[in-house]
This record gives sequence, C-alpha cells and structure tokens, in this order.
Amino acid sequence: MSLPKPVMRGMLAKRLRIHLPLAFVVSFGLALTYKFAVAEPRKRAYAEFYKTYDSIKDFNAMREAGVFESVRPTGK
Amino acid sequence: MLHLTAGRVGSLLARRATAAFTASSARMASHGHDVVESVDMSQPMYWDRVDLPLPDRPYKDTLTATDKSLKQKEKGPWGQLSKEEKIALYRLTFCQTFPEMKQKTEEWKTVLGSVFFFLGFTGLVVWWQKVYVYPERPRTFDDEWQAKQLKRMLDMRISPVEGFSAKWDYEKGQWK
Repeated sequence: MSLPKPVMRGMLAKRLRIHLPLAFVVSFGLALTYKFAVAEPRKRAYAEFYKTYDSIKDFNAMREAGVFESVRPTGK
Repeated sequence: MLHLTAGRVGSLLARRATAAFTASSARMASHGHDVVESVDMSQPMYWDRVDLPLPDRPYKDTLTATDKSLKQKEKGPWGQLSKEEKIALYRLTFCQTFPEMKQKTEEWKTVLGSVFFFLGFTGLVVWWQKVYVYPERPRTFDDEWQAKQLKRMLDMRISPVEGFSAKWDYEKGQWK
C-alpha cells in the first residue's frame, strides 16, 4: 500500500512554463491577425476611395437630394 | 369558504402567527402543538458538503461501547483493522460518502419547470402591459417612414467608404 509521493511544490512554475509563452504567442497572434485581416484592408479601402473622390460632385449630388439646410437645391 | 365565521378565521390567523414567530421551530404547527427542533448554532456542527468536506465535528459524537472499543483499536496499526471495521470507522466520522453526496437528484426538473412557468407568467404580464400600459406605436416604425429614412441616409452618403452607402449603386439606383 505504498503510493508514490505526490508533487508537493512547483506546480505554478510548471504550469507557467507552458502557459506564459503560449499566452504571449496567442496574444501576438490575435493582434497580428486583426492587423492584417481588418486594419490593413480598411486602410487600403479608405486610400482607394479617396484616390478617385470628387468632393464637389458629391456635395452637389447631396445638395440636389435636399439634405442640406444651408443651401437649397439649384432651381427655384 | 364563505361559511368561515370571523372567530374561526381569527384563530387560524393566530395559530399561523405563533408558528411563524417561534424563532427556533423548524416545522410548522400542523397539529396545534409546536414541534420544537432547534439547531444550536453555537456548537460545532456536522455537514456533508462536496466543496468543503471538513465538518466541525465527527458525525457520531455519542459513541456506544462497541464504537469506543473500535476507536481504541484505531489507535493501533491500521493493517490489523478488517475491511468492515474500516468502513464502520468511516461511518462513525462521516454520514455520507462522496458518491452518496454526489447522487444526482431530480431537482433540475423542478428548476426547469419553474423557469418555464415564470417565463409564461411574464408573457402574460407583458400582454397585459401591451393592452393597458404601452403608448401608441411611434410613426417612425411605419414601412413608409422607414423607406423615406433609408432614402435620406443614402442621400446623406452615410458610410460611403466601407459601410452603408458603399453598397448602393448611385448610377443605377439599386443595391450593388
């Protein structure tokens, strides 16, 4: 009836050996994934949009639609 | 029920009141006499708990002569105890074993039933509120208003880069 002596100490250190590097890897991984899956495409989308953006034309379209209070649509 | 005289109602209420106010009675006065079963909380207590299996006192604290002799035998080498004696010693100290404590009950059925019952009751309450409490529906919920709202959002070029207006084709006048 002699059982092996159970582990008495060092349990946290043993767990952290694995989980601390793992935590860093997962965190950085997620951050990089977000950067390249969300942030960079969004920045590119905005850059592309503003390359060919004519703000005056857009303003006139909005003016004709009648959404402004400072300028009325042309005519009348 | 309508035949209850005022006197009988009075005595019923009086009995209920005394039963409620007997601070240490664990059972309701059902036969007219109080069965007092009080737990002295100032003494060490016994309990069966899975999360804190360390009661303040052993289960049986008044030992018979046989129990006492068994306890004496326990002071010697344990290899000399038979299996029945070891089990008897366990049962002296503890009421239930872990498997007995962890026996599954049918409590979940009661819990689930009560949850559904009260969800249903809440439904009735909400229905009553719809009839008697809620003000009239705002006009902004009408389909016509919603369509005009959508057109105005497109006219204002809401989120033209990646979001709302980006999905509308302004030349063709339709969704992309």
